Amino acid sequence: MTMLATPEEKAVKRATRAAYGATLAELAAEGVPVVAVDADLTGSTTTAKFAAAAPGNAERLFNCGIAEQNMMDVAAGLSLTGKVAFTGSFAVFGTGRAYDQIRNTVCYADLDVKVCPTHAGISVGPDGGTHQMLEDVSLMRGLPNMRVLVPADYASARAALRLAAATPGPVYVRLGRASVPAVYGEGAALSLGGANVLREGGDVTLVANGVEVTEALKAADILAAEGIEAEVIDAYSVKPLDGETILTSLGKTGCAVVAEEHSIHGGLGSAVAELCAEQRPTPLRLVGMRDRFGKSGEFAELLAYFEMDAAAIADAARAVRAKRG
Amino acid sequence: MDTQGLERRAREMRVDIVKMIAEAGSGHPGGSLSCIDILTALYFGGVMAYDPADPKRADRDRFVLAKGHAAPALYATLAHAGFFPREELMTLRKLGSRLQGHPDSNLCPGVEVSTGSLGQGLSIAAGMAAGLRLDGSASRVFALLGDGECQEGQVWEAAMFAAHQKLGHLVAIIDNNELQIDGCIHDVCDPGDLAARFAAFGWDVRLVDGHDLAALVAALQEAKADDGAAPKAIVARTVKGKGVPFMEDQAGWHGKAPNAEELAEALAALEAA
Repeated sequence: MTMLATPEEKAVKRATRAAYGATLAELAAEGVPVVAVDADLTGSTTTAKFAAAAPGNAERLFNCGIAEQNMMDVAAGLSLTGKVAFTGSFAVFGTGRAYDQIRNTVCYADLDVKVCPTHAGISVGPDGGTHQMLEDVSLMRGLPNMRVLVPADYASARAALRLAAATPGPVYVRLGRASVPAVYGEGAALSLGGANVLREGGDVTLVANGVEVTEALKAADILAAEGIEAEVIDAYSVKPLDGETILTSLGKTGCAVVAEEHSIHGGLGSAVAELCAEQRPTPLRLVGMRDRFGKSGEFAELLAYFEMDAAAIADAARAVRAKRG
Repeated sequence: MDTQGLERRAREMRVDIVKMIAEAGSGHPGGSLSCIDILTALYFGGVMAYDPADPKRADRDRFVLAKGHAAPALYATLAHAGFFPREELMTLRKLGSRLQGHPDSNLCPGVEVSTGSLGQGLSIAAGMAAGLRLDGSASRVFALLGDGECQEGQVWEAAMFAAHQKLGHLVAIIDNNELQIDGCIHDVCDPGDLAARFAAFGWDVRLVDGHDLAALVAALQEAKADDGAAPKAIVARTVKGKGVPFMEDQAGWHGKAPNAEELAEALAALEAA
């Protein structure tokens, strides 16, 4: 069973992005030939912390200024000299602005470049819709050779970054700005193509990743009070997807809600829907952004406004249970 | 190789270029012919260190074909340099071939990195130069860009980065044939005086006749030997379609294969040269 956070650990909120610079520093100290390539956001992405952590790290951080396309291909070039190259920026620019570079160089040539931008999703908050990237998983998941990881909290973000470094070839790790409660204890480990069953139940499956894992766990509490036992799965590896864990759960429950801080088009919801369509047609409800942009507001307000909070997941669970055969 | 030997080699490779594109039935002859003398100088003029028996040798110099559509020129060069058999050139663009329409580094020995989307090669080359410097390597990185390609904004992001990072071991060569698919670069969307623009970004700039092999070798050797902190740009004035009279200076031959009759005419002109 997965190492879950203790109540004391849960009380400490940390942002997944804070794991970025710290984990790169760890990897460098362990002798992994990491380099970080950023685009004028070294404070926000925390790569500046990597640079400051040890002598010799500073020359391994390349600040490209506000030039994300160049950032991505400089990382490609660095990887071709044997470096494990991590790129930063915000998710909207680090995937969208640099998409052709990720597609035609990083993925086509299958290079050891890790695309790990921060500030994904509506948890960006007040900066608003231009900066709330909600299509990145869709963009990255469609690319051959790319692997996609969406960690839920600080401990799993650290694990995801370590997994990315240990996996040859392109990996996308989705990181967020907001401080979020711990789901896992320190030292949590992730595996490529893995998923974690965080709570067992036989009445409905809640598949989630990123910040929606915490919402799904809260939804399970709401449902339990009504006598509905929900199984909660953290599907942090969107590609490859842990089909076995998800299908096993669906075999028990016969219905699922998939929740993600992302468009319902092309992300985890789509991945689970594709799996079910081919392997086990199952009633599903998708919780996520419904073909619209985000807007300014505080993260908690936006979760409720866009119907991506625990209450919305619980509503979807009640609705999907009614569709079971 | 002396200059006459280089000229002979370049002529043989021009023959290979038109033959393989004719056999493929598609491809980019104009820009391949305009840059083949540059590749001849790099690979056979004693400029670049490379080892076809060990394509990934650590102390090799790197070459990035930023203008990836000139793949036939690169393939001819790599075949003549011994990276793979010359007969394989006739598999260009065919199903199962290592010689994809644009270079694929996971398939073709001697290709350092896949290219094809214009504007990216100089950034990749800059990253390579930065990585080699971290390793304390003396290897040089050469990137060959099209002049039309310099309309891509990313080229100037890379130019800014390379100068800021003082990547003195990076050499960009601009194949300045002044033509792109839709016509003259100055008419389509004028990228201006490229030598002046690279200089304004802090690069050391040299101008050279891109079909004068002795001058090309001299300029490339000089750029390679220069240990100054500034990255080097060589603007090579070239003629699109050079060596095949009916293709010369014709934008229409950017991406079109010669038919049997045109191939015969091209080969006759190259034989007579």
